[in-house]
Amino acid sequence: MREYPAMPRSFAHLSDEAVVALVARSDQEALGELYDRFGRVAYGLALRVLRDEKLAEDAVQEGFLAAWRNADRFMPERAKASTWLLTFVHRRAVDLVRHEERRRAEPLPQRAETGPSDSAEEDAWLRFERERVQAALRQLPDQQREALELAYYGGFSQSQLAERLGQPIGTIKSRMFAGLARLRELLAESNGESAWTFTT
Amino acid sequence: MDLHDLTAAYALDALDHDETREYEAHLARCERCREELASLSEAAGALAYATEAPAPPAELRARILQQAQRERANVVPLRSRWVTPLAAAAAVAACAAIVLGAWAASLHGKLDRQQQIAAVLGDPAAQRNVLADGRGTLVVSRNGKAVLVMKRLGSAPTGKTYEAWVSSGGAPQPAGTFDGGPKHRVLLLGRHVPTGAAVLLTVEKDGGVDAPTTKPLLSVRNIAQS
Repeated sequence: MREYPAMPRSFAHLSDEAVVALVARSDQEALGELYDRFGRVAYGLALRVLRDEKLAEDAVQEGFLAAWRNADRFMPERAKASTWLLTFVHRRAVDLVRHEERRRAEPLPQRAETGPSDSAEEDAWLRFERERVQAALRQLPDQQREALELAYYGGFSQSQLAERLGQPIGTIKSRMFAGLARLRELLAESNGESAWTFTT
Repeated sequence: MDLHDLTAAYALDALDHDETREYEAHLARCERCREELASLSEAAGALAYATEAPAPPAELRARILQQAQRERANVVPLRSRWVTPLAAAAAVAACAAIVLGAWAASLHGKLDRQQQIAAVLGDPAAQRNVLADGRGTLVVSRNGKAVLVMKRLGSAPTGKTYEAWVSSGGAPQPAGTFDGGPKHRVLLLGRHVPTGAAVLLTVEKDGGVDAPTTKPLLSVRNIAQS
């Protein structure tokens, strides 16, 4: 097999959706680009759900490979590429955590700040997004927020949640629905104008 | 069981296996649920960004790409990642040093730059100007230091760079060059942005130029907020 010289290739100006279109054509560099864009968020999410670095790596790997296999079925009119990709990772993480029930009781290992990263800008951007979403979460009524967090980060199914919270399943369903719908509004506001409120 | 009610739980991956199968079968037939799911999924996906995001181990990327290659029989050989020649990077830095003075000092001090970015983003009195189409935000602190936060900024084409400009009525003044790419979405501008001034971003040849030569990719005005 011929060795090709390292050839810089730019994905400049390609939207996330365009990168997925290249992934669908078995373009490995495009898969690498997708990882560079979302690998860190995916890992953070998997770690939050699984509380175990090795398992989190597994979830990220399997999530990206699921994206690799399913990229030709991606429908940009249905979802943003980031949402689509993170769904694969999240599903895998939830599957794993449901098989690893015992881990839930353990506290999340304390980390000394986030690990070494190659870019101050990426750190800042992720912190910016994190604060934006956290601020929106804080504005939800406690019960809705609790339902979203236990489901999404805890990996609990709605039946498990109903049992754990001692509530009818219909109540859990409506809290999840109302919470997500409100979160969507709050995030749209903080994306739009004049949504920045600060206490000074 | 009313399957319409399961949309939020599905978006959160909070259904068990049987429920998931049932709901997916329903989804294939129900346009209303597909639309609702699309919108609720965006909100659920945003939850991923609310978590701490430590860097994953460096070898994870290579492992994923290797495994992907194994799954496809007829793949092209794996090329090494796009490498920015050090010399080019040094040239950019040197040029910026001449043009921008103080900016260059922070270019070399990652920590210093990070602190400056954090100071601007964390300034409760900062003015925040949303870019058209929600593509990002221009944050200007009280002392005029400015950070451009982009939703997405592709890598600059080979041989090119992004260059920021500040225009307060007269000719746009250079405010720093940037490589772009997923790791450079937060741009600390090398020039203060007064109230009423506009910030522009153009694509220029490597090293940057003295005056913009291309149509701005974006333009945002720093408007005083009461």
